[in-house]
Amino acid sequence: MKLITHNMLTSKCLKGVVTGYPLSINATNINITEVDYNPEFITRIIPKLDWEVLWRAADSIGHSDGLPQTIEPKFEENNEFLKKAHRVLLEVDIEEGNLVCPESGRRFPISKGIPNMLLTEAEVQ
Amino acid sequence: MEISESHICPSELLDAVSDPNKSFKVEVETFCKHFTMKQKVEKIENFSYLPLGGAVNLNKPDVTFSYIEFYGVDPNNVPQQPCDLFFGKWIADGQRDLIKVHTLKKREFIGNTSMDAQLSIIMANQAQIAPGDVVLDPFVGSGSLLVSAAHFGGYIWGADIDFMMLHARTRPTRVGQKVRNKEESIRGNLRQYGIGSQYLDVLVSDFSLPLWRQDIKFDALITDPPYGVREPAEKIGIERDNYTLSAQHLDNHIPSKVEYGLPHIYSDLLNFAAQHLSIGRRLVCWYPLVRDEYLEEQLPSHPCMQLVGNSEQVLSKMTARRLLTYQKISDDIPNMPHDPHGAAHNFRDKYFAVGEISRREKKERRAEEIAKTASYLKAKREECNKE
Repeated sequence: MKLITHNMLTSKCLKGVVTGYPLSINATNINITEVDYNPEFITRIIPKLDWEVLWRAADSIGHSDGLPQTIEPKFEENNEFLKKAHRVLLEVDIEEGNLVCPESGRRFPISKGIPNMLLTEAEVQ
Repeated sequence: MEISESHICPSELLDAVSDPNKSFKVEVETFCKHFTMKQKVEKIENFSYLPLGGAVNLNKPDVTFSYIEFYGVDPNNVPQQPCDLFFGKWIADGQRDLIKVHTLKKREFIGNTSMDAQLSIIMANQAQIAPGDVVLDPFVGSGSLLVSAAHFGGYIWGADIDFMMLHARTRPTRVGQKVRNKEESIRGNLRQYGIGSQYLDVLVSDFSLPLWRQDIKFDALITDPPYGVREPAEKIGIERDNYTLSAQHLDNHIPSKVEYGLPHIYSDLLNFAAQHLSIGRRLVCWYPLVRDEYLEEQLPSHPCMQLVGNSEQVLSKMTARRLLTYQKISDDIPNMPHDPHGAAHNFRDKYFAVGEISRREKKERRAEEIAKTASYLKAKREECNKE
């Protein structure tokens, strides 16, 4: 699971959970997979992100090196920055671990890079 | 009307494209009817009357002329003579070859209901997917729709309730294949076509429950929800009250599922699209129905989503599915109740009810045929005996 995906996910599906965002990450195995650099895409996706959540998530798994905590106004002209954002968003890939609901502590396992966000039948009753 | 030379060879048209100093070739293409190379050459020879001055060059011509014979679109009913003829200067190739490149025959990872390459490409085009778009398929299955979405430059997310499918641990679909290859996955499919960089992620999740951040907007949604016939239409749930699960069983627990009726799937889908599409962007999905019950006004609807495309693919004598394209026209989202027309639409029940009738019909028809043959043979035998 990439951090771009983590930035979009909530645990609102759980009963009684109000925002369920951001989920915290427990990673036991992280891969770095090479992804073609596409500055247009990164520029386009950054306004859709919650940057603070991204930075904290990257920091919590030890991949925030050189990543600024806030976005500068003309970030699209800063190629160095876009490359760093590209790496954190698309190349850091959590292979095994858990996503944890911030309100209830419910864990969602990530196996072979695929998060399992399913509830049990008891939880949807 | 008298046919003069200029009717056969309108020089003002020909002069514009032919030049005695430029080499040329003529290509013959036929649609819905096959010709051998020899027959095609004969067709080319028929053009010898044209006053094309340049030299013929089959490998690297300066100008290519294209001659197309169109024999309709029904492969079971091909006419003797072509319905239409086209002749002109070739300008650019279309992308029909992509159908062969993306064919499921060579796809690494496929499932029982993987979408045919041609239809996936049509869906991606209907959704107007352009480079850098963010695309989601909420019923992703083996990801066949996302392959074509990524081909046109989309960055793709997929979600599905089927854990085994996303982990490629379902039984292999291909004839003769006993076990699934380790490399099989949606990501693997994209890598196969050299577009692995556009894979974002796939998630195991239940579409009937919220998952995505409220404010995220996608550029396109393309999906083929389960109709409940070849794939079950399900969500997590249990009929029993007060169900509990002990902690020791919690890990690796596979939850039980209840029916997720088609009307609910489509009203959830339209509500999701109204919430999560950018204005002007599109939802493209299939909708199954019994053909003689089709009424356009009973298709799933939503005040924020305008139906801009609706075409039928016939599945059997009685059933069809429609490729629906909706465009988001408003951000003013009312709190929508479930679609009032939807409640009556249970495709699965109707599909099997229709099947019952046709199965009985088929049996009766066969019995009749057997009886007819028997009486015919009997008559023949009697004739022979007389002689």
